[in-house]
Amino acid sequence: MINLKVNGKSYNVDVDPSTPILWVLRDALELTGTKFGCGMAQCGACTVHLNGDAIRSCITPVARAAGQEIKTIEALSEDAIGKRLQKAWIEEDVPQCGYCQSGQLMAAAVLLKEKPYPTDNDIDLGMSGNICRCGTYQRVRKAIHRAAAMK
Amino acid sequence: MSEQNTTSRRKFLQTTAAIGGGLVIGFHLPAFAKQVRNIGVPAAENFAPNAFVRIGKDNMITVIVNHSEMGQGAYTSLPMIIADELDADWNNVKFEAAPVDPVYNHPGFGMQGTGGSTSTWVEWDRFRNAGATGRYLLLAAAAQTWNVDPSTLRTEKGFVIHSPSGRKISYGELVDKAATITAPKEVKLKDAKDYKLIGKPIKRLDTPEKIDGSGIFGMDVKIPGVLTAVIARAPVFGGKVKSFNGDKAKAIPGVKEVVQIDRGIAVVANGFWPAKLGRDALEMVWDEGPLSTLDTKAQTKQYADLAKQTGAVAKKEGDVSTAKDKAVKKFDVVYDLPYLAHAPMEPLNCVADVKADSCEIWVGTQFQTVDAMTAAGITGLKPNQVKLHTTLLGGGFGRRAVLDAHFVSEAVQVSKAIKSPVKVVWTREDDIRGGYYRPRAYHTISAGLDAAGKPLYWEHNIVCQSFAVGTPLEAMMVQNGVDGTAVEGASEIPYHVPNKHVEWNMAPNGVPTLWWRSVGSSHTAFVVEGFIDELAKAAGKDPFEYRRMLMDKHPRQKKVLEYVATKAGWKNPLPAGRGKGIAVHESFGSVVAMVAEVSIAKNNLKVHKVTVAVDCGQVVNPDTIKAQMEGCVVFGLTAALYGEISFENGKVKQRNFHDYKMLRMNEMPLVDVHIMDSKEKMGGVGEPGVPPVAPAVMNALFTLTGKRVRNLPLQPEDLKRKV
Ligand code: FES
Ligand code: FES
Repeated sequence: MINLKVNGKSYNVDVDPSTPILWVLRDALELTGTKFGCGMAQCGACTVHLNGDAIRSCITPVARAAGQEIKTIEALSEDAIGKRLQKAWIEEDVPQCGYCQSGQLMAAAVLLKEKPYPTDNDIDLGMSGNICRCGTYQRVRKAIHRAAAMK
Repeated sequence: MSEQNTTSRRKFLQTTAAIGGGLVIGFHLPAFAKQVRNIGVPAAENFAPNAFVRIGKDNMITVIVNHSEMGQGAYTSLPMIIADELDADWNNVKFEAAPVDPVYNHPGFGMQGTGGSTSTWVEWDRFRNAGATGRYLLLAAAAQTWNVDPSTLRTEKGFVIHSPSGRKISYGELVDKAATITAPKEVKLKDAKDYKLIGKPIKRLDTPEKIDGSGIFGMDVKIPGVLTAVIARAPVFGGKVKSFNGDKAKAIPGVKEVVQIDRGIAVVANGFWPAKLGRDALEMVWDEGPLSTLDTKAQTKQYADLAKQTGAVAKKEGDVSTAKDKAVKKFDVVYDLPYLAHAPMEPLNCVADVKADSCEIWVGTQFQTVDAMTAAGITGLKPNQVKLHTTLLGGGFGRRAVLDAHFVSEAVQVSKAIKSPVKVVWTREDDIRGGYYRPRAYHTISAGLDAAGKPLYWEHNIVCQSFAVGTPLEAMMVQNGVDGTAVEGASEIPYHVPNKHVEWNMAPNGVPTLWWRSVGSSHTAFVVEGFIDELAKAAGKDPFEYRRMLMDKHPRQKKVLEYVATKAGWKNPLPAGRGKGIAVHESFGSVVAMVAEVSIAKNNLKVHKVTVAVDCGQVVNPDTIKAQMEGCVVFGLTAALYGEISFENGKVKQRNFHDYKMLRMNEMPLVDVHIMDSKEKMGGVGEPGVPPVAPAVMNALFTLTGKRVRNLPLQPEDLKRKV
């Protein structure tokens, strides 16, 4: 049994400790907002927060999260940065297919926490790990600037 | 040409549906006939004037959308069309994915499906009529309620208003009465000046569920007792299982079953991770079949040889051989473009639950009818015992429109075999190596100029596979021995050349190929727009002016080209080290022109800006058009810079995003989109933005290096200046 704290709730899960967090979230906890895109830390679709840091849940064994705080897209709106990002995402009409957007938002949330007023260069650095096959980058960039400017 | 292509695609899809399903599928059932359908909602609460709209007593308007949402905005643009004619309150409009039913067939395809950049234009009339019919019935219901002349009534944001008295009543309150009234055969549609939503940048209806994790893609479907399967498929196309041993797979905790299906061996487990570990542990012996020696370099030679043979004629005008004698300058070059994977962000997947008397499927698909009919065939059930739910699609680009329904049939076969609901999940490696690629295309092209620099002849040979030949589509899609999708964008060009000859040589099949966002135009535009640039250079002319000079017979394309040049400031000098390139292309009924601005930085090609002009006729949602153009630029640029599927010893060399690379945020150019005010027939927007990207960018690069890029993707040596 591994104890996990996900979005403020505590869970005991009975899985192999080497199972990536992604599959524990999706299959065991039915939190399917976190997406599978590549399984090898290439695309960022699976980005979640582990103790406030953005991690690639597809390659991070669940054992590493034992007793730690995981936050997923389902709880993004629970803090001010998350709320601002979601609002900005709507105002810029960012998503197309939407599949990468959980990861984009989770990455953007950490970026804004570290750089409240990111430059374009900060956005390049902070967001280049997240692939969007639909090509929403221009809007992701605008929405991050917009969220940063919100009060 | 696009007209023709549309028609041929329509025809063949009708054929497919008939052949694949053994059904006679009705063509364009009148949506505005009174046909009350209740889809999962108690009838008393709703009024459904037709299959596409439902009005609730709570005033909610539900638009039932028969085109899959794969990012292109169908779940917003189609509701907009109905809501405008209905005078609905947009805040009360919802969408719902249509079930599979002939009433939801694509008006052109004759079956339910999404593709060919058609979703909006092909439904324009039907959805307007659906909305207008609803409005008519609500007006009639209000007239009866108040016992007044309908001509004294008007509608506004979900209410019927009696103008003389100022009384108003909500649509929801009229539901019961409206349901008793017979719909007229014809209704009057709005004047364009009265549009409230159409033509406005309305926010997408599907954004909220895509920013909080609640949207359900096929991958996210959860039904009681569902198991997960990962499938071992042949490592070489056409290969077969010779033998296998599943003992080690079964020893993995969580693995439940190992079963053989047509396309390979499925490892079924209580979650993705054990299923994947189980598949890794399978001991497989494959019979690799005839493609086990397939090799990209050898194929280049094979294609070059084929190019020398006489092909099927796609276009013949004038007399090329006499013109050759008159030409002052002659050019003869080869362009070679690789196989490409669609790589939608959401890897393929499908949930199936096969029971003795039913088969339920949840899938992000572009081809509902084909999938459902295939499932009926596999299970032996009647078509009405198969129920298919369309989920959100994490990208499509053509990959989810497959004529053999393979990603659905796999799930149906596994579920049938193990008698349990199952979700088949593809890994990214399965996707990249799974075939159904944009065909490799090898182009030989030559032209000659007269003394004034104008082209006298144009000779173009294309070698590529066909995904129609050898299938039931052949009869419709292949005309005079030419597969329309192989030569589209090349058989018709917007430039005046008096003597023209375009032909196609079919490359042998084997590697599964498919339509890939913009289909034939994804390669032909690169060649035509690259080569015309070469001719401009040879003629000593500005590439924009040279094109213009030859476009008198193509005023629409010319206008778009001129528009993009103005918007991009084509005549303005650039900072040192920057180059610009231009391209224009018509596909799917729309014309798109682009100007790209590039530089070379640290041995990389940097694309700074792409200016886009698009003429797609009537605009429904301008913001969606802009988003599609932005997305098309990324898609086209990704292919130009990185896209290649290649083979060695029969196997695909690439496997994931590290070696089948995608454009990323730090490489994103500024995309500046301009939509033309146009009276042209409505066209598509999902695909037409892809073809001009690569030629505009590579034409720009040429101005910096003096070297033509004729093979994609870009190679490091392409960035070095010509010495
Ligand atoms: S799924 Fe984890 S980075 Fe792609
Ligand atoms: S919105 Fe489709 S992959 Fe990003």
